[in-house]
Amino acid sequence: MSVILKTKNLSKSFGAVTAAANINVEIHEREIVGVIGANGAGKTTFINMVTGYLKPSAGEIDFRNRNILGLSPRHITKIGISRSFQVPQLFSELTALENIVIAHRLMKANRLEVQAPLKTQSAVDAARGSLAEFGIADYAEAQVTALPQGTRKLLDIAMAMAGSPDLLLLDEPTSGVAMEEKFPLMDTVMEAVKRSRAACLFVEHDMEIVARYTDRVLAFYDGHIIADAPTEEALSNKEVREYVIGTELHREKEGKEERTYVESP
Amino acid sequence: MEYFRRTNSFFAAAFVLLLAVGLMAPNWFSYLTTISLAKALVVIGLVILLRAGLVSFGQGLYYCLGGYSVGIAGHYLQWTDGFLVLLIAMVVSGIVAAILGLLLCRYREIFFAMLTMAFSMILYGILVKSVGLGSTDGFNIHSVSFFGWEPGTDKLGLIVYFLACLAALIVAVLMHRYFHSPVGFAGEAIRENEIRVEYLGVSPNRIIFSKYILAAVLAGAGGGLTALASGHVDPEMAYWTTSGEFVFVALLSGTAHVAAVFIAAFLFEIIRTYAFDLAPYNWQMILGATLLLIIFFLPKGLWSIFTIRRAGGGVK
Ligand SMILES: Nc1ncnc2c1ncn2[C@@H]1O[C@H](COP(=O)(O)OP(=O)(O)OP(=O)(O)O)[C@@H](O)[C@H]1O
Ligand SMILES: [Mg+2]
Repeated sequence: MSVILKTKNLSKSFGAVTAAANINVEIHEREIVGVIGANGAGKTTFINMVTGYLKPSAGEIDFRNRNILGLSPRHITKIGISRSFQVPQLFSELTALENIVIAHRLMKANRLEVQAPLKTQSAVDAARGSLAEFGIADYAEAQVTALPQGTRKLLDIAMAMAGSPDLLLLDEPTSGVAMEEKFPLMDTVMEAVKRSRAACLFVEHDMEIVARYTDRVLAFYDGHIIADAPTEEALSNKEVREYVIGTELHREKEGKEERTYVESP
Repeated sequence: MEYFRRTNSFFAAAFVLLLAVGLMAPNWFSYLTTISLAKALVVIGLVILLRAGLVSFGQGLYYCLGGYSVGIAGHYLQWTDGFLVLLIAMVVSGIVAAILGLLLCRYREIFFAMLTMAFSMILYGILVKSVGLGSTDGFNIHSVSFFGWEPGTDKLGLIVYFLACLAALIVAVLMHRYFHSPVGFAGEAIRENEIRVEYLGVSPNRIIFSKYILAAVLAGAGGGLTALASGHVDPEMAYWTTSGEFVFVALLSGTAHVAAVFIAAFLFEIIRTYAFDLAPYNWQMILGATLLLIIFFLPKGLWSIFTIRRAGGGVK
Protein backbone atom coordinates (compact mmCIF):
# COMPACT_ATOMS: atom_id res chain seq x y z
CA MET A 1 0.00 0.00 0.00
CA SER A 2 1.15 3.52 -0.67
CA VAL A 3 2.87 5.79 1.79
CA ILE A 4 0.76 8.69 3.02
CA LEU A 5 2.98 10.21 5.69
CA LYS A 6 6.72 10.46 5.47
CA THR A 7 9.04 12.29 7.83
CA LYS A 8 12.68 12.91 7.03
CA ASN A 9 15.26 13.58 9.73
CA LEU A 10 12.67 15.26 11.90
CA SER A 11 14.28 16.83 14.95
CA LYS A 12 13.17 19.00 17.82
CA SER A 13 15.00 20.34 20.80
CA PHE A 14 13.76 22.41 23.71
CA GLY A 15 16.92 24.14 24.90
CA ALA A 16 19.14 21.32 26.09
CA VAL A 17 16.39 18.68 25.86
CA THR A 18 16.27 16.68 22.64
CA ALA A 19 12.65 15.65 22.21
CA ALA A 20 13.13 14.29 18.68
CA ALA A 21 16.27 13.37 16.79
CA ASN A 22 16.37 12.24 13.17
CA ILE A 23 12.93 10.72 13.10
CA ASN A 24 12.40 8.92 9.78
CA VAL A 25 8.98 7.35 9.60
CA GLU A 26 6.69 6.17 6.83
CA ILE A 27 3.03 5.46 7.42
CA HIS A 28 1.03 3.62 4.78
CA GLU A 29 -2.62 3.84 3.89
CA ARG A 30 -4.94 2.03 6.34
CA GLU A 31 -2.06 0.89 8.48
CA ILE A 32 -2.37 0.59 12.28
CA VAL A 33 0.85 1.59 14.00
CA GLY A 34 1.60 1.58 17.72
CA VAL A 35 3.99 4.05 19.29
CA ILE A 36 5.67 3.05 22.51
CA GLY A 37 8.25 4.71 24.71
CA ALA A 38 8.79 5.80 28.29
CA ASN A 39 7.60 9.13 29.67
CA GLY A 40 9.39 11.97 27.95
CA ALA A 41 10.57 9.82 25.03
CA GLY A 42 9.11 12.27 22.52
CA LYS A 43 5.88 10.58 21.43
CA THR A 44 3.59 13.56 21.91
CA THR A 45 6.24 15.84 20.44
CA PHE A 46 6.16 13.73 17.28
CA ILE A 47 2.36 14.13 17.00
CA ASN A 48 2.63 17.84 17.75
CA MET A 49 5.14 18.28 14.93
CA VAL A 50 3.18 16.26 12.37
CA THR A 51 0.02 18.24 13.11
CA GLY A 52 1.77 21.61 12.96
CA TYR A 53 1.39 22.48 16.63
CA LEU A 54 5.16 22.51 17.10
CA LYS A 55 7.65 23.66 14.51
CA PRO A 56 10.43 21.10 14.06
CA SER A 57 14.00 22.34 14.57
CA ALA A 58 14.97 20.46 11.41
CA GLY A 59 13.66 17.91 8.95
CA GLU A 60 10.76 17.49 6.57
CA ILE A 61 7.20 16.18 6.71
CA ASP A 62 5.38 15.01 3.59
CA PHE A 63 1.74 14.04 3.49
CA ARG A 64 0.56 12.47 0.24
CA ASN A 65 3.73 13.71 -1.45
CA ARG A 66 3.08 17.25 -0.36
CA ASN A 67 5.43 19.09 1.95
CA ILE A 68 3.33 20.15 4.94
CA LEU A 69 6.10 21.62 7.03
CA GLY A 70 5.10 24.98 8.46
CA LEU A 71 1.36 24.56 7.94
CA SER A 72 -0.86 25.40 10.92
CA PRO A 73 -2.87 22.71 12.72
CA ARG A 74 -6.04 23.94 11.03
CA HIS A 75 -4.55 23.55 7.55
CA ILE A 76 -3.25 20.13 8.40
CA THR A 77 -6.65 19.15 9.76
CA LYS A 78 -8.24 20.32 6.52
CA ILE A 79 -5.96 18.18 4.37
CA GLY A 80 -6.79 15.02 6.29
CA ILE A 81 -4.69 14.53 9.42
CA SER A 82 -6.57 14.53 12.71
CA ARG A 83 -5.50 13.82 16.25
CA SER A 84 -6.82 13.11 19.69
CA PHE A 85 -5.22 14.30 22.89
CA GLN A 86 -3.57 12.76 25.91
CA VAL A 87 -5.80 15.07 27.97
CA PRO A 88 -9.13 15.27 26.08
CA GLN A 89 -9.66 18.71 24.53
CA LEU A 90 -13.40 19.30 24.71
CA PHE A 91 -15.88 22.15 25.06
CA SER A 92 -16.59 21.45 28.69
CA GLU A 93 -19.64 23.64 29.29
CA LEU A 94 -21.47 22.15 26.32
CA THR A 95 -23.11 18.76 26.02
CA ALA A 96 -21.52 15.74 24.36
CA LEU A 97 -23.97 16.09 21.48
CA GLU A 98 -23.15 19.76 21.00
CA ASN A 99 -19.44 18.93 20.99
CA ILE A 100 -19.94 16.50 18.14
CA VAL A 101 -22.32 18.71 16.18
CA ILE A 102 -19.81 21.54 16.38
CA ALA A 103 -17.01 19.21 15.32
CA HIS A 104 -18.97 18.00 12.31
CA ARG A 105 -20.06 21.44 11.21
CA LEU A 106 -16.69 23.15 11.69
CA MET A 107 -14.77 20.36 10.00
CA LYS A 108 -17.00 20.09 6.99
CA ALA A 109 -17.70 23.72 6.21
CA ASN A 110 -15.62 25.82 3.90
CA ARG A 111 -17.46 28.89 5.08
CA LEU A 112 -19.30 28.89 8.38
CA GLU A 113 -22.90 30.03 8.21
CA VAL A 114 -24.11 32.97 10.27
CA GLN A 115 -27.88 32.68 9.95
CA ALA A 116 -28.79 29.02 9.50
CA PRO A 117 -29.05 27.01 12.72
CA LEU A 118 -26.17 24.81 13.85
CA LYS A 119 -28.44 22.10 15.16
CA THR A 120 -30.38 21.20 12.06
CA GLN A 121 -32.17 17.89 12.22
CA SER A 122 -29.67 16.28 9.86
CA ALA A 123 -26.67 17.60 11.82
CA VAL A 124 -28.12 16.33 15.08
CA ASP A 125 -28.93 12.95 13.57
CA ALA A 126 -25.43 12.62 12.18
CA ALA A 127 -23.98 13.54 15.56
CA ARG A 128 -26.14 11.03 17.38
CA GLY A 129 -25.01 8.43 14.89
CA SER A 130 -21.42 9.22 15.64
CA LEU A 131 -22.01 9.05 19.42
CA ALA A 132 -23.71 5.70 18.90
CA GLU A 133 -20.78 4.44 16.85
CA PHE A 134 -18.56 5.15 19.84
CA GLY A 135 -21.03 3.64 22.28
CA ILE A 136 -21.67 6.87 24.16
CA ALA A 137 -25.13 7.79 22.85
CA ASP A 138 -26.53 7.64 26.39
CA TYR A 139 -24.43 10.64 27.31
CA ALA A 140 -25.65 12.82 24.44
CA GLU A 141 -27.38 15.38 26.64
CA ALA A 142 -24.83 15.31 29.46
CA GLN A 143 -22.50 18.24 29.92
CA VAL A 144 -18.86 17.31 29.34
CA THR A 145 -17.90 18.12 32.94
CA ALA A 146 -20.22 15.30 34.05
CA LEU A 147 -18.73 12.64 31.77
CA PRO A 148 -16.56 9.79 33.04
CA GLN A 149 -12.95 9.77 31.83
CA GLY A 150 -13.44 6.91 29.36
CA THR A 151 -16.38 8.70 27.75
CA ARG A 152 -14.34 11.87 27.44
CA LYS A 153 -11.58 9.96 25.72
CA LEU A 154 -14.07 8.48 23.27
CA LEU A 155 -15.70 11.85 22.66
CA ASP A 156 -12.29 13.36 21.97
CA ILE A 157 -11.58 10.64 19.42
CA ALA A 158 -15.05 10.92 17.89
CA MET A 159 -14.42 14.64 17.38
CA ALA A 160 -11.08 13.93 15.75
CA MET A 161 -12.81 11.55 13.36
CA ALA A 162 -15.61 13.99 12.51
CA GLY A 163 -13.83 15.15 9.38
CA SER A 164 -13.18 11.61 8.07
CA PRO A 165 -9.39 11.97 8.16
CA ASP A 166 -7.00 9.83 6.14
CA LEU A 167 -4.57 9.70 9.01
CA LEU A 168 -5.55 9.60 12.65
CA LEU A 169 -3.02 10.20 15.41
CA LEU A 170 -4.23 9.11 18.84
CA ASP A 171 -2.23 10.23 21.84
CA GLU A 172 -2.68 7.65 24.59
CA PRO A 173 -6.33 6.78 23.94
CA THR A 174 -6.47 4.62 27.08
CA SER A 175 -4.63 6.82 29.56
CA GLY A 176 -6.60 7.53 32.70
CA VAL A 177 -9.05 4.75 31.82
CA ALA A 178 -9.59 1.90 34.30
CA MET A 179 -7.74 -1.31 33.45
CA GLU A 180 -10.86 -3.33 32.71
CA GLU A 181 -12.25 -0.65 30.38
CA LYS A 182 -9.18 -0.42 28.17
CA PHE A 183 -9.92 -3.31 25.86
CA PRO A 184 -13.60 -2.48 25.29
CA LEU A 185 -12.57 1.12 24.60
CA MET A 186 -9.93 0.08 22.09
CA ASP A 187 -12.36 -2.35 20.44
CA THR A 188 -14.78 0.51 19.89
CA VAL A 189 -12.11 2.86 18.59
CA MET A 190 -10.50 0.32 16.29
CA GLU A 191 -13.81 -0.70 14.78
CA ALA A 192 -14.55 2.93 13.99
CA VAL A 193 -11.07 3.35 12.52
CA LYS A 194 -11.46 0.26 10.32
CA ARG A 195 -14.83 1.48 9.08
CA SER A 196 -13.44 4.89 8.26
CA ARG A 197 -10.53 3.31 6.35
CA ALA A 198 -8.13 5.79 7.94
CA ALA A 199 -4.55 4.95 8.78
CA CYS A 200 -4.05 5.14 12.52
CA LEU A 201 -1.06 5.73 14.69
CA PHE A 202 -1.61 5.51 18.41
CA VAL A 203 0.57 6.04 21.42
CA GLU A 204 0.19 3.40 24.12
CA HIS A 205 1.92 2.36 27.32
CA ASP A 206 0.14 -0.98 27.68
CA MET A 207 2.00 -3.66 25.70
CA GLU A 208 -0.96 -6.03 25.66
CA ILE A 209 -2.98 -3.41 23.85
CA VAL A 210 -0.15 -2.71 21.46
CA ALA A 211 0.19 -6.42 20.74
CA ARG A 212 -3.53 -6.86 20.20
CA TYR A 213 -4.28 -3.96 17.87
CA THR A 214 -1.20 -3.02 15.87
CA ASP A 215 0.51 -4.31 12.75
CA ARG A 216 3.67 -2.40 13.37
CA VAL A 217 5.40 -0.64 16.25
CA LEU A 218 7.60 2.42 16.54
CA ALA A 219 9.63 2.47 19.73
CA PHE A 220 10.86 5.85 20.95
CA TYR A 221 13.69 6.29 23.38
CA ASP A 222 15.03 9.68 24.34
CA GLY A 223 13.89 11.32 21.11
CA HIS A 224 15.23 8.53 18.91
CA ILE A 225 13.45 5.68 17.18
CA ILE A 226 15.12 2.52 18.44
CA ALA A 227 12.86 0.09 16.63
CA ASP A 228 10.48 0.22 13.69
CA ALA A 229 9.24 -3.25 12.88
CA PRO A 230 6.23 -5.56 12.76
CA THR A 231 4.71 -5.71 16.23
CA GLU A 232 5.97 -9.09 17.37
CA GLU A 233 9.46 -8.41 16.19
CA ALA A 234 9.56 -4.96 17.75
CA LEU A 235 8.27 -6.15 21.11
CA SER A 236 10.90 -8.86 21.31
CA ASN A 237 13.73 -6.55 20.27
CA LYS A 238 16.45 -6.48 22.92
CA GLU A 239 16.77 -2.71 23.15
CA VAL A 240 13.02 -2.29 23.25
CA ARG A 241 12.75 -4.78 26.08
CA GLU A 242 15.46 -3.02 28.01
CA TYR A 243 14.62 0.65 27.42
CA VAL A 244 10.87 0.63 26.90
CA ILE A 245 9.12 -2.44 28.22
CA GLY A 246 11.33 -2.62 31.31
CA THR A 247 10.52 0.93 32.28
CA GLU A 248 6.83 0.38 31.56
CA LEU A 249 6.68 -2.50 34.02
CA HIS A 250 8.45 -0.33 36.54
CA ARG A 251 6.00 2.46 35.80
CA GLU A 252 2.97 0.25 36.35
CA LYS A 253 4.32 -0.94 39.66
CA GLU A 254 4.73 2.62 40.86
CA GLY A 255 1.19 3.40 39.76
CA LYS A 256 2.29 6.21 37.48
CA GLU A 257 -0.47 5.22 35.13
CA GLU A 258 -3.02 7.45 36.75
CA ARG A 259 -1.20 10.69 36.28
CA THR A 260 -3.73 13.45 36.07
CA TYR A 261 -1.58 16.49 35.48
CA VAL A 262 -2.61 18.76 32.67
CA GLU A 263 -0.09 19.48 30.00
CA SER A 264 -0.06 21.07 26.61
CA PRO A 265 -1.40 18.61 24.04
CA MET B 1 -37.79 28.81 9.16
CA GLU B 2 -39.52 26.48 11.62
CA TYR B 3 -36.52 26.50 13.97
CA PHE B 4 -36.90 30.17 14.85
CA ARG B 5 -40.65 30.56 14.52
CA ARG B 6 -41.56 30.86 18.18
CA THR B 7 -38.91 33.41 18.97
CA ASN B 8 -39.68 35.40 15.84
CA SER B 9 -43.37 35.61 16.72
CA PHE B 10 -42.36 36.79 20.17
CA PHE B 11 -40.15 39.50 18.66
CA ALA B 12 -42.93 40.54 16.29
CA ALA B 13 -45.43 40.78 19.17
CA ALA B 14 -43.00 42.83 21.24
CA PHE B 15 -42.47 45.13 18.25
CA VAL B 16 -46.17 45.77 17.80
CA LEU B 17 -46.55 46.35 21.52
CA LEU B 18 -43.69 48.86 21.49
CA LEU B 19 -45.26 50.75 18.58
CA ALA B 20 -48.56 50.93 20.45
CA VAL B 21 -46.86 52.06 23.65
CA GLY B 22 -45.02 54.76 21.69
CA LEU B 23 -48.28 56.24 20.46
CA MET B 24 -49.71 56.48 23.97
CA ALA B 25 -46.77 56.99 26.30
CA PRO B 26 -45.52 60.42 27.42
CA ASN B 27 -42.47 61.85 25.66
CA TRP B 28 -40.04 61.20 28.47
CA PHE B 29 -40.97 57.54 28.43
CA SER B 30 -40.56 57.02 24.70
CA TYR B 31 -37.27 58.93 24.86
CA LEU B 32 -36.02 56.67 27.63
CA THR B 33 -37.13 53.63 25.67
CA THR B 34 -35.41 54.87 22.50
CA ILE B 35 -32.16 55.31 24.39
CA SER B 36 -32.44 51.89 25.99
CA LEU B 37 -33.14 50.25 22.62
CA ALA B 38 -30.12 52.02 21.15
CA LYS B 39 -27.91 50.92 24.02
CA ALA B 40 -29.26 47.40 23.78
CA LEU B 41 -27.86 47.22 20.25
CA VAL B 42 -24.42 48.07 21.64
CA VAL B 43 -24.78 45.51 24.41
CA ILE B 44 -25.81 42.75 21.99
CA GLY B 45 -22.44 43.32 20.31
CA LEU B 46 -20.78 43.03 23.69
CA VAL B 47 -22.71 39.84 24.40
CA ILE B 48 -21.46 38.36 21.11
CA LEU B 49 -17.91 38.95 22.34
CA LEU B 50 -18.73 37.70 25.85
CA ARG B 51 -20.04 34.47 24.42
CA ALA B 52 -16.63 34.03 22.80
CA GLY B 53 -15.01 34.68 26.18
CA LEU B 54 -13.93 38.27 25.53
CA VAL B 55 -14.84 41.40 27.46
CA SER B 56 -14.54 44.70 25.66
CA PHE B 57 -14.22 47.71 27.92
CA GLY B 58 -14.17 49.93 24.88
CA GLN B 59 -17.45 49.60 23.01
CA GLY B 60 -17.84 53.32 23.74
CA LEU B 61 -15.37 53.79 20.90
CA TYR B 62 -17.90 52.63 18.32
CA TYR B 63 -20.88 54.08 20.13
CA CYS B 64 -19.15 57.43 19.90
CA LEU B 65 -17.97 56.91 16.31
CA GLY B 66 -21.54 56.06 15.33
CA GLY B 67 -22.85 59.17 17.07
CA TYR B 68 -20.23 61.46 15.56
CA SER B 69 -20.70 59.94 12.10
CA VAL B 70 -24.37 60.88 12.25
CA GLY B 71 -23.50 64.29 13.64
CA ILE B 72 -20.78 65.06 11.11
CA ALA B 73 -22.85 63.81 8.20
CA GLY B 74 -25.74 66.09 9.15
CA HIS B 75 -23.86 69.07 10.49
CA TYR B 76 -20.98 69.32 8.06
CA LEU B 77 -22.09 67.43 4.96
CA GLN B 78 -25.82 68.19 5.08
CA TRP B 79 -26.64 64.50 4.74
CA THR B 80 -29.66 64.28 6.94
CA ASP B 81 -31.58 61.19 5.89
CA GLY B 82 -32.05 59.08 9.03
CA PHE B 83 -31.52 55.76 7.28
CA LEU B 84 -28.50 57.00 5.35
CA VAL B 85 -26.72 58.43 8.38
CA LEU B 86 -27.34 55.26 10.39
CA LEU B 87 -25.83 53.28 7.55
CA ILE B 88 -22.83 55.60 7.54
CA ALA B 89 -22.48 55.16 11.30
CA MET B 90 -22.36 51.39 10.89
CA VAL B 91 -19.94 51.46 7.96
CA VAL B 92 -17.54 53.84 9.70
CA SER B 93 -17.58 51.70 12.85
CA GLY B 94 -17.08 48.55 10.81
CA ILE B 95 -14.10 49.98 8.95
CA VAL B 96 -12.38 51.20 12.09
CA ALA B 97 -13.05 47.83 13.75
CA ALA B 98 -11.59 46.01 10.75
CA ILE B 99 -8.36 47.93 11.23
CA LEU B 100 -8.11 47.67 15.02
CA GLY B 101 -9.42 44.11 14.89
CA LEU B 102 -6.32 42.96 13.02
CA LEU B 103 -4.37 43.66 16.19
CA LEU B 104 -7.04 42.92 18.79
CA CYS B 105 -8.03 39.48 17.51
CA ARG B 106 -4.72 38.14 18.74
CA TYR B 107 -5.34 39.16 22.34
CA ARG B 108 -7.44 37.54 25.02
CA GLU B 109 -8.67 38.16 28.54
CA ILE B 110 -7.42 41.23 30.36
CA PHE B 111 -5.12 42.22 27.49
CA PHE B 112 -8.05 42.38 25.10
CA ALA B 113 -10.13 44.31 27.63
CA MET B 114 -7.38 46.84 28.32
CA LEU B 115 -6.55 47.39 24.65
CA THR B 116 -10.17 47.99 23.73
CA MET B 117 -10.41 50.50 26.55
CA ALA B 118 -7.18 52.17 25.46
CA PHE B 119 -8.47 52.67 21.91
CA SER B 120 -11.71 54.21 23.13
CA MET B 121 -9.77 56.57 25.39
CA ILE B 122 -7.63 57.61 22.43
CA LEU B 123 -10.77 58.64 20.54
CA TYR B 124 -11.97 60.47 23.63
CA GLY B 125 -8.65 62.31 23.81
CA ILE B 126 -8.78 63.26 20.13
CA LEU B 127 -12.35 64.56 20.36
CA VAL B 128 -11.65 66.59 23.48
CA LYS B 129 -8.82 68.29 21.58
CA SER B 130 -10.88 68.86 18.42
CA VAL B 131 -12.10 72.43 18.66
CA GLY B 132 -13.85 72.12 15.28
CA LEU B 133 -16.05 69.40 16.75
CA GLY B 134 -16.87 71.35 19.89
CA SER B 135 -14.22 69.80 22.19
CA THR B 136 -15.73 68.56 25.44
CA ASP B 137 -19.11 70.13 24.64
CA GLY B 138 -19.60 68.23 21.41
CA PHE B 139 -22.20 69.67 19.07
CA ASN B 140 -25.89 69.49 18.21
CA ILE B 141 -27.58 67.77 15.31
CA HIS B 142 -30.17 70.12 13.86
CA SER B 143 -32.03 68.37 11.12
CA VAL B 144 -33.07 64.84 10.40
CA SER B 145 -35.13 63.78 7.40
CA PHE B 146 -36.65 60.59 6.07
CA PHE B 147 -36.74 60.20 2.29
CA GLY B 148 -36.90 63.96 1.89
CA TRP B 149 -39.52 64.51 4.58
CA GLU B 150 -38.36 66.55 7.55
CA PRO B 151 -40.48 65.89 10.65
CA GLY B 152 -40.89 68.90 12.95
CA THR B 153 -39.27 68.85 16.40
CA ASP B 154 -42.60 67.86 17.95
CA LYS B 155 -42.78 64.68 15.86
CA LEU B 156 -39.10 63.83 15.55
CA GLY B 157 -38.92 62.08 18.93
CA LEU B 158 -41.65 59.67 18.00
CA ILE B 159 -40.24 59.00 14.53
CA VAL B 160 -36.83 58.18 15.98
CA TYR B 161 -38.56 55.97 18.52
CA PHE B 162 -40.19 54.02 15.67
CA LEU B 163 -36.85 53.86 13.90
CA ALA B 164 -35.25 52.45 17.06
CA CYS B 165 -38.02 49.85 17.36
CA LEU B 166 -37.48 48.80 13.76
CA ALA B 167 -33.72 48.59 14.21
CA ALA B 168 -34.23 46.58 17.39
CA LEU B 169 -36.57 44.16 15.63
CA ILE B 170 -34.15 43.58 12.77
CA VAL B 171 -31.18 43.15 15.08
CA ALA B 172 -33.09 40.86 17.44
CA VAL B 173 -34.21 38.55 14.64
CA LEU B 174 -30.82 38.42 12.92
CA MET B 175 -28.77 38.09 16.08
CA HIS B 176 -30.97 35.41 17.58
CA ARG B 177 -30.32 33.40 14.43
CA TYR B 178 -26.64 34.27 14.68
CA PHE B 179 -26.41 32.95 18.25
CA HIS B 180 -27.73 29.59 17.06
CA SER B 181 -25.63 29.42 13.90
CA PRO B 182 -22.33 27.60 13.43
CA VAL B 183 -20.41 30.87 13.80
CA GLY B 184 -22.39 31.65 16.96
CA PHE B 185 -21.44 28.31 18.46
CA ALA B 186 -17.90 28.71 17.22
CA GLY B 187 -17.68 31.62 19.67
CA GLU B 188 -18.60 29.40 22.58
CA ALA B 189 -16.21 26.78 21.31
CA ILE B 190 -13.42 29.35 21.30
CA ARG B 191 -14.28 30.39 24.85
CA GLU B 192 -14.11 26.76 25.95
CA ASN B 193 -11.13 25.44 24.04
CA GLU B 194 -9.20 27.23 21.32
CA ILE B 195 -6.85 24.34 20.71
CA ARG B 196 -9.74 22.11 19.75
CA VAL B 197 -11.21 24.77 17.48
CA GLU B 198 -7.89 25.09 15.68
CA TYR B 199 -7.78 21.29 15.31
CA LEU B 200 -11.27 21.39 13.81
CA GLY B 201 -9.82 23.36 10.94
CA VAL B 202 -11.03 26.81 11.99
CA SER B 203 -9.00 29.86 12.95
CA PRO B 204 -10.12 31.26 16.32
CA ASN B 205 -8.53 34.61 15.53
CA ARG B 206 -10.50 34.96 12.33
CA ILE B 207 -13.76 34.17 14.07
CA ILE B 208 -12.96 36.68 16.79
CA PHE B 209 -12.03 39.25 14.14
CA SER B 210 -15.44 38.87 12.50
CA LYS B 211 -17.24 39.06 15.83
CA TYR B 212 -15.35 42.16 16.80
CA ILE B 213 -16.42 43.88 13.58
CA LEU B 214 -20.02 42.78 14.04
CA ALA B 215 -20.03 44.11 17.62
CA ALA B 216 -18.63 47.42 16.37
CA VAL B 217 -21.26 47.75 13.64
CA LEU B 218 -23.99 47.19 16.24
CA ALA B 219 -22.39 49.71 18.59
CA GLY B 220 -22.17 52.19 15.71
CA ALA B 221 -25.87 51.75 15.01
CA GLY B 222 -26.62 52.24 18.72
CA GLY B 223 -24.53 55.39 18.84
CA GLY B 224 -26.14 56.71 15.68
CA LEU B 225 -29.64 56.15 17.06
CA THR B 226 -28.68 57.80 20.33
CA ALA B 227 -27.41 60.83 18.42
CA LEU B 228 -30.64 61.06 16.41
CA ALA B 229 -32.74 60.76 19.56
CA SER B 230 -30.84 63.20 21.72
CA GLY B 231 -29.86 65.59 18.92
CA HIS B 232 -26.46 65.89 20.48
CA VAL B 233 -23.08 64.17 20.57
CA ASP B 234 -20.11 64.71 22.87
CA PRO B 235 -16.84 62.90 23.69
CA GLU B 236 -18.40 61.41 26.82
CA MET B 237 -19.80 58.72 24.50
CA ALA B 238 -16.27 57.30 24.16
CA TYR B 239 -15.35 57.73 27.82
CA TRP B 240 -14.58 54.55 29.71
CA THR B 241 -17.53 54.98 32.05
CA THR B 242 -19.87 54.75 29.04
CA SER B 243 -18.20 51.49 28.02
CA GLY B 244 -18.47 50.35 31.63
CA GLU B 245 -22.20 50.97 31.50
CA PHE B 246 -22.48 48.61 28.55
CA VAL B 247 -20.58 45.94 30.45
CA PHE B 248 -22.91 46.52 33.39
CA VAL B 249 -25.98 45.98 31.23
CA ALA B 250 -24.39 42.88 29.69
CA LEU B 251 -23.83 41.41 33.17
CA LEU B 252 -27.39 42.26 34.06
CA SER B 253 -28.76 40.54 30.97
CA GLY B 254 -26.42 37.57 30.77
CA THR B 255 -25.51 36.00 27.46
CA ALA B 256 -28.34 33.50 27.17
CA HIS B 257 -30.78 35.33 24.93
CA VAL B 258 -31.04 38.43 22.77
CA ALA B 259 -34.34 39.39 24.40
CA ALA B 260 -32.70 39.55 27.83
CA VAL B 261 -30.44 42.35 26.58
CA PHE B 262 -33.40 44.56 25.69
CA ILE B 263 -35.01 43.94 29.06
CA ALA B 264 -31.77 44.62 30.89
CA ALA B 265 -31.07 47.82 28.96
CA PHE B 266 -34.55 49.09 29.72
CA LEU B 267 -34.28 48.20 33.41
CA PHE B 268 -30.92 49.87 33.56
CA GLU B 269 -32.29 53.16 32.23
CA ILE B 270 -35.23 52.99 34.63
CA ILE B 271 -33.08 52.16 37.64
CA ARG B 272 -30.66 54.91 36.76
CA THR B 273 -33.39 57.48 36.30
CA TYR B 274 -35.02 56.65 39.61
CA ALA B 275 -31.76 56.22 41.43
CA PHE B 276 -30.78 59.67 40.26
CA ASP B 277 -34.05 61.13 41.52
CA LEU B 278 -33.81 59.32 44.83
CA ALA B 279 -30.16 59.97 45.53
CA PRO B 280 -28.68 62.64 43.27
CA TYR B 281 -25.27 62.41 44.99
CA ASN B 282 -24.83 58.69 45.37
CA TRP B 283 -27.05 57.09 42.76
CA GLN B 284 -24.09 54.97 41.67
CA MET B 285 -24.42 53.14 44.98
CA ILE B 286 -27.89 52.00 43.98
CA LEU B 287 -26.55 50.75 40.66
CA GLY B 288 -23.69 49.00 42.43
CA ALA B 289 -26.07 47.31 44.84
CA THR B 290 -28.23 46.15 41.92
CA LEU B 291 -25.19 44.64 40.25
CA LEU B 292 -24.20 42.85 43.46
CA LEU B 293 -27.68 41.39 43.81
CA ILE B 294 -27.59 40.16 40.23
CA ILE B 295 -24.17 38.58 40.65
CA PHE B 296 -25.26 36.80 43.82
CA PHE B 297 -28.71 35.67 42.82
CA LEU B 298 -28.64 35.48 39.03
CA PRO B 299 -25.00 34.91 38.06
CA LYS B 300 -26.06 34.04 34.53
CA GLY B 301 -28.15 37.16 34.17
CA LEU B 302 -31.80 38.02 33.91
CA TRP B 303 -32.67 35.32 31.42
CA SER B 304 -31.99 32.65 34.02
CA ILE B 305 -35.27 33.66 35.71
CA PHE B 306 -37.06 32.10 32.75
CA THR B 307 -34.84 29.07 32.35
CA ILE B 308 -34.85 28.27 36.09
CA ARG B 309 -38.62 28.33 36.11
CA ARG B 310 -38.80 26.16 33.04
CA ALA B 311 -36.37 23.64 34.53
CA GLY B 312 -38.41 23.65 37.76
CA GLY B 313 -41.57 22.94 35.80
CA GLY B 314 -40.02 19.81 34.43
CA VAL B 315 -40.52 20.86 30.82
CA LYS B 316 -37.55 20.36 28.57
N1 LIG C 1 6.70 22.69 25.13
C1 LIG C 1 7.77 22.11 25.68
N2 LIG C 1 8.76 22.86 26.23
C2 LIG C 1 9.86 22.29 26.76
N3 LIG C 1 10.07 20.98 26.80
C3 LIG C 1 9.13 20.17 26.29
C4 LIG C 1 7.93 20.69 25.71
N4 LIG C 1 7.17 19.66 25.26
C5 LIG C 1 7.87 18.54 25.57
N5 LIG C 1 9.04 18.84 26.17
C6 LIG C 1 10.06 17.88 26.60
O1 LIG C 1 10.33 17.05 25.50
C7 LIG C 1 10.49 15.70 25.93
C8 LIG C 1 9.50 14.83 25.20
O2 LIG C 1 8.19 15.14 25.65
P1 LIG C 1 6.88 14.43 25.10
O3 LIG C 1 5.73 15.15 25.69
O4 LIG C 1 6.95 14.35 23.64
O5 LIG C 1 7.01 12.99 25.74
P2 LIG C 1 6.03 11.75 25.64
O6 LIG C 1 6.79 10.67 24.99
O7 LIG C 1 4.75 12.14 25.03
O8 LIG C 1 5.83 11.39 27.17
P3 LIG C 1 4.53 10.92 27.99
O9 LIG C 1 4.49 9.44 27.90
O10 LIG C 1 4.81 11.38 29.37
O11 LIG C 1 3.35 11.59 27.39
C9 LIG C 1 10.30 15.71 27.44
O12 LIG C 1 11.58 15.76 28.04
C10 LIG C 1 9.54 16.97 27.70
O13 LIG C 1 9.85 17.46 28.98
MG1 LIG D 1 2.82 12.28 25.63
